Amino acid sequence: MEKIYSKGVVLGYRRSQATQYPNISLLKIEGVVSREDTTFYLGKSVCLIEKVTKTAENPSGHKITWGKVCKSHGSSGVVQARFKRNLPPKAFGAPIRVFLYPSSI
Amino acid sequence: MYDEIISFSHYTYKSFLNHQFQSIYQYLYGLTSNIIKYQIQARLENPTVAKGLRLYSARSFANRTRTFVAKTKKVTTAKKTEAVAAKKEKVFGKNKQARVITAKAPKFSASIPAEIRAVANKKVNTKVALRKSITPGTVLIILAGRFAGKRVVFLNQLASGLLLVTGPFKVNGVPLRRIDQRYVIATSTKVDVSGVKVAESINDAYFNVEKKSTKKSEDAFFKDEKKVEKKKIADSRVADQKSVDASILAALKKDKTLTIYLKTKFFLKKGEYPHQLKF
Repeated sequence: MEKIYSKGVVLGYRRSQATQYPNISLLKIEGVVSREDTTFYLGKSVCLIEKVTKTAENPSGHKITWGKVCKSHGSSGVVQARFKRNLPPKAFGAPIRVFLYPSSI
Repeated sequence: MYDEIISFSHYTYKSFLNHQFQSIYQYLYGLTSNIIKYQIQARLENPTVAKGLRLYSARSFANRTRTFVAKTKKVTTAKKTEAVAAKKEKVFGKNKQARVITAKAPKFSASIPAEIRAVANKKVNTKVALRKSITPGTVLIILAGRFAGKRVVFLNQLASGLLLVTGPFKVNGVPLRRIDQRYVIATSTKVDVSGVKVAESINDAYFNVEKKSTKKSEDAFFKDEKKVEKKKIADSRVADQKSVDASILAALKKDKTLTIYLKTKFFLKKGEYPHQLKF
């Protein structure tokens, strides 16, 4: 497979002990282990691909939720991301794609 | 309802425009031209929110109307002449006596003179700054779209700020194309493009697609849709492509590894992380 994106995983929402912030999701990107590493990914587009039932309007049967990496989170390479629609809790642990655009290289 | 939103605040209107219902709104009402009119109107108005309270402060309203632009450019405005009220004769009452009536002077007049408005509303197209890493001849990696992963040669930046790139077509199948610099990775590899002469006719307008009417003719409707003829590329385009690519291909002929490099697609292998790569 020729992929031009990095892989990541949805960890959950940003949260404190009792409160959670569903408008911000935490992502772990493959190979990113420190806060310094995350700087490359800030602002990059991310998407979650879900499978839905195929319809005439959506023959591919994929539902794509777009978002972008907005901030680094902690010191171990986790990032915060905001999506156009908040991710469903079903997506926790699901793979996401982190694209290389918008590029500044 | 929509009119209310528009007249109330420019910002709500703007966010409304950005909203996905924009197309539906246009579809339902077909008021595209009115939208622009409202947009200008909304910008020039400072509606009263309560007695003696305007929606925008004097400072922020000046910023919205951009009247300071006229100040710096020293625009002279015509002197205000007091409108002479027109006189009218009209017959009134049972006695049918004629009385002269003076028409009322307009209560409100445009607070901003037309000359200033003309200057302030003029849009200035600032040129998009090109990233330092991108210079003519730089090999770029396209990150999105049909040609994602392809390595192409950068030629120049067009007036719109988009980058003009070419495969060359013979090497990797990418034609002369425009792309935003945000969707591109600049590599440290360069191709000699000193001999390339891009005709001035290859500009933003060159890439405008002629819109076909969506309505089908009767014959076309009954035709089998599957037997659509393959899109033909205009001869002029082919000639342009060849003339631009000719000297690049000549330069590539000297360097076989560079040709192979352009031919191969970029992709991330297992264990390759873009933040660790040096492009």
